[in-house]
Amino acid sequence: MGAQLRIYRRRMRSVKATKKITKAMELISASRIVKAQQKVAASSPYANELTRAVSAVASLSSTNHPLTTASANPKRAAVLIITADRGMAGAYSNAAIKEGDQLVTLLQSRGLEVNSYLVGRKGINFYKFRNRKITASWSGFSDNPTYSHAKEVSDSLIAAFIADAQTDLNGVDELHIIYTEFKSMITQTPEAKRMLPLEVVESVTTAGLLPMYEFEPNAGEVLNALLPRYIQARVFNAMLQSAASEHAARRRAMKSATDNADDLIKSLTRLANAARQAEITQEISEIVGGADALASASAGSE
Amino acid sequence: MLKVEVVTPEKRVWSGEAKMVLARTLEGDLGILSDHAPLLGVLADGTVSIKAADGSVNDFVINGGFISVSKNRVSILGEAEAVKN
Repeated sequence: MGAQLRIYRRRMRSVKATKKITKAMELISASRIVKAQQKVAASSPYANELTRAVSAVASLSSTNHPLTTASANPKRAAVLIITADRGMAGAYSNAAIKEGDQLVTLLQSRGLEVNSYLVGRKGINFYKFRNRKITASWSGFSDNPTYSHAKEVSDSLIAAFIADAQTDLNGVDELHIIYTEFKSMITQTPEAKRMLPLEVVESVTTAGLLPMYEFEPNAGEVLNALLPRYIQARVFNAMLQSAASEHAARRRAMKSATDNADDLIKSLTRLANAARQAEITQEISEIVGGADALASASAGSE
Repeated sequence: MLKVEVVTPEKRVWSGEAKMVLARTLEGDLGILSDHAPLLGVLADGTVSIKAADGSVNDFVINGGFISVSKNRVSILGEAEAVKN
């Protein structure tokens, strides 16, 4: 076998091995998207009830809660960015990080300092590599978050919000979250949302008039207990959507990698065939040439 | 009849029709029958028991949660629940 042909065959083997891996990852992600979507759906009854309750308390009582009142003179904001733990998901993590950068620029132009909270190893590495300050970070659960993870993250955010931003370096006046919304299997977009202070007027959820609720023990107490859970549920929902988006992005990236491998194998096969054909042609012409030379040599001697 | 739902952040634990719901709020024990006034209450740690329409009794251990009642719909929101029939 000629050297050229051997090189083509070797490259084909390696591309085929890579294709097997990317194909497997594509199938795994495809099955996990469904599971992640089901988790998003399973968490919605809780989130809907909570949203109803929060809007009921907020619209029916005139209680002022620290979590709903905006600071007159905001000094610092917290930005929570949800990224992936692993790569191989195309631009998924980078899109969220870029959205975060835009938000940070916007906040800074309003004269606010920004504290960064990160979820996911990709975001943490991005910040570490550029020597940016990370206030707090969590990783290891980006593809399958549970409520206790969301609770851990939101508890530290709520603590930062309740702390006084004027005196405490970790205290913040605003809380923003950046996650990747799972719109459909093919569309996922990074979204930046303000979580705190709450914008309580959410008319989407109030189908019709809200009943005149009685509160036990009282409206303030109910709101006290509701709001942290509302934040936790929002963070949890953002994490679940991001997880579904991550799987979808990974599936898409792996699908195009598999397609590319197919194309590569096709063109390598053509090149290998051409090399083989050239080799045969050369051998034939060598044989014919040799026979010719022999024939003319023996004809000359007679 | 009451339409009752028990939900946690991760899933809907129980839903169905019930005759009565017994829960403990921060102010004390509370029994809910049909046509109860709209109510939003903070639940104390403890058991919520639901007498289902078929006569069976379902108990749920709630660690911090809420109860909301309106128009014969009862929603019990808990962070972590364990069924204990």
